[in-house]
Amino acid sequence: MAKQPQNHSKKPEVDTTGHSWDGIEEYNNPLPRWWLWTFYACIVWAVLYTIAYPAWPGIKAATPGLLGWSTRANVQAEIDAAEAANATINAKLASAELTAIADDAELRTYATSAGAAVFRTWCAQCHGSGAAGVAASGYPNLLDDDWLWGGDIEAIHATINHGIRNEEDPDARWSQMPAFGDILAKEEIDQVVNYVMSLSGTPQDASMVEAGSVVYQDNCAACHMENGTGDRAQGAPNLTDAIWLYGGSHDTLTQSVTYSRFGVMPSWSNRLSEAEIRAVATYVHQLGGGE
Amino acid sequence: MAILDKHAVLEKNVTLLAIFAFLVVTVGGIVQIAPLFWLENTIEDVEGVRPYSPLELAGRDIYIREGCYVCHSQMIRPMRDEVERYGHYSLAAESKYDHPFQWGSKRTGPDLARVGGRYSDDWHLVHLRDPQSVVPESVMPKYGFLENRLIDGEYIGELMATHRMVGVPYTDEMIENARVDFAVQVDPDGDWDGLVERYPGAQVRNFDGQPGISETDALIAYLQMLGTLVDFSTFTPDASR
Repeated sequence: MAKQPQNHSKKPEVDTTGHSWDGIEEYNNPLPRWWLWTFYACIVWAVLYTIAYPAWPGIKAATPGLLGWSTRANVQAEIDAAEAANATINAKLASAELTAIADDAELRTYATSAGAAVFRTWCAQCHGSGAAGVAASGYPNLLDDDWLWGGDIEAIHATINHGIRNEEDPDARWSQMPAFGDILAKEEIDQVVNYVMSLSGTPQDASMVEAGSVVYQDNCAACHMENGTGDRAQGAPNLTDAIWLYGGSHDTLTQSVTYSRFGVMPSWSNRLSEAEIRAVATYVHQLGGGE
Repeated sequence: MAILDKHAVLEKNVTLLAIFAFLVVTVGGIVQIAPLFWLENTIEDVEGVRPYSPLELAGRDIYIREGCYVCHSQMIRPMRDEVERYGHYSLAAESKYDHPFQWGSKRTGPDLARVGGRYSDDWHLVHLRDPQSVVPESVMPKYGFLENRLIDGEYIGELMATHRMVGVPYTDEMIENARVDFAVQVDPDGDWDGLVERYPGAQVRNFDGQPGISETDALIAYLQMLGTLVDFSTFTPDASR
């Protein structure tokens, strides 16, 4: 072992631990005071914490804690507070005449912004976050003037309230186009598809339009009307406006006529409050297409 | 602290050291393990929760196989923003037949704990085929291939028996009828009275609208029942939990 030069003459003030390995000893320096007291304080804090808050598991349940803290009660209180803050205006919105909401500046402003929030949470997944629907997939555009079941505030409210073709609400809007694949011959379907295409544009085969017109009047006019403008009372779309829910090509129309379509919308009355439904109805109504 | 100065005795006698080390580990072990024996008391009794029907169970397996849990949680926390967006906060009882549970901790996609009944079957079908067609901002991959994978539930009874081993109360009757129930849940014209009796609230529909039972059928059946079993109009939460 090399000898270390003894630079310091003073002996260290602290003792060693008393252990010696091959002559190497270890000072028994005390822990820094600040560290030690922080450590003790943490222990005391931990014990007090488990007394104040729910902590120790028992046979029947965990100790509830002296402060009575409860996640469930907290979230309920938070929701109650938010509802209380809006209670007055929500009550006013829920009891107002539907048609009067747009004329009342306060109600209109509130309903439009509250409705936008409801729309983004519950409606955007199908109708798109901008309410433009999804082209050719059966989720209608809510921005245009073309309405299946009516576009005034009352009709929109009823549609949101009860939904369309769902099993959960007995008042849901309901209609069902027959699957004409079982009723008409393939040729007749081809003819009527060409006729329907001719109502708003160019048919694929102009020679079939005349025969298609006869098929149309016999089978389709009862719901879609003789001139093809549809019937909102039963959700029969207007066939003359070149706005298509599932697409207007020869192929998709043939598919629609052969197998029919069955678009559904949930009933929202059991998920949203009356005020929320009115808010989102107002929001949709003011998007541009509202009548 | 005279007793603490005697630790040299322990350090120099291997038998004593082993005995005392064992005692220390025992105390630590009891503190950690004992509460698990009373784990049941953390699950409140909630009416309506039932084991998964065979088709839903198969759908759940597909959900796990495809790693849906990587992006979707199934746990609505008791916070106002979550309750307003997703619905009533999740209850322990609602996942008590989940082995393993699908709570998750990562939400790239939305929480699915109450997705059941929120969308139509058609929407799920279109969305699984091409998520961006209905939600343009979505980053979810396409799962259209599930439609082409037909399943017959050959081992669904065995799967249920395995779940029974870990505590799911499947009865002998349920396991005997597993394949029948599996097939009839996608057949609204079939005799599904037994299925609904065994699994109250089971939804019977041809979920993917195509003949045969595809993995999409099973997955949509599973998604459409998530969070629908408890009737929250009659349920009163116990505030102390």
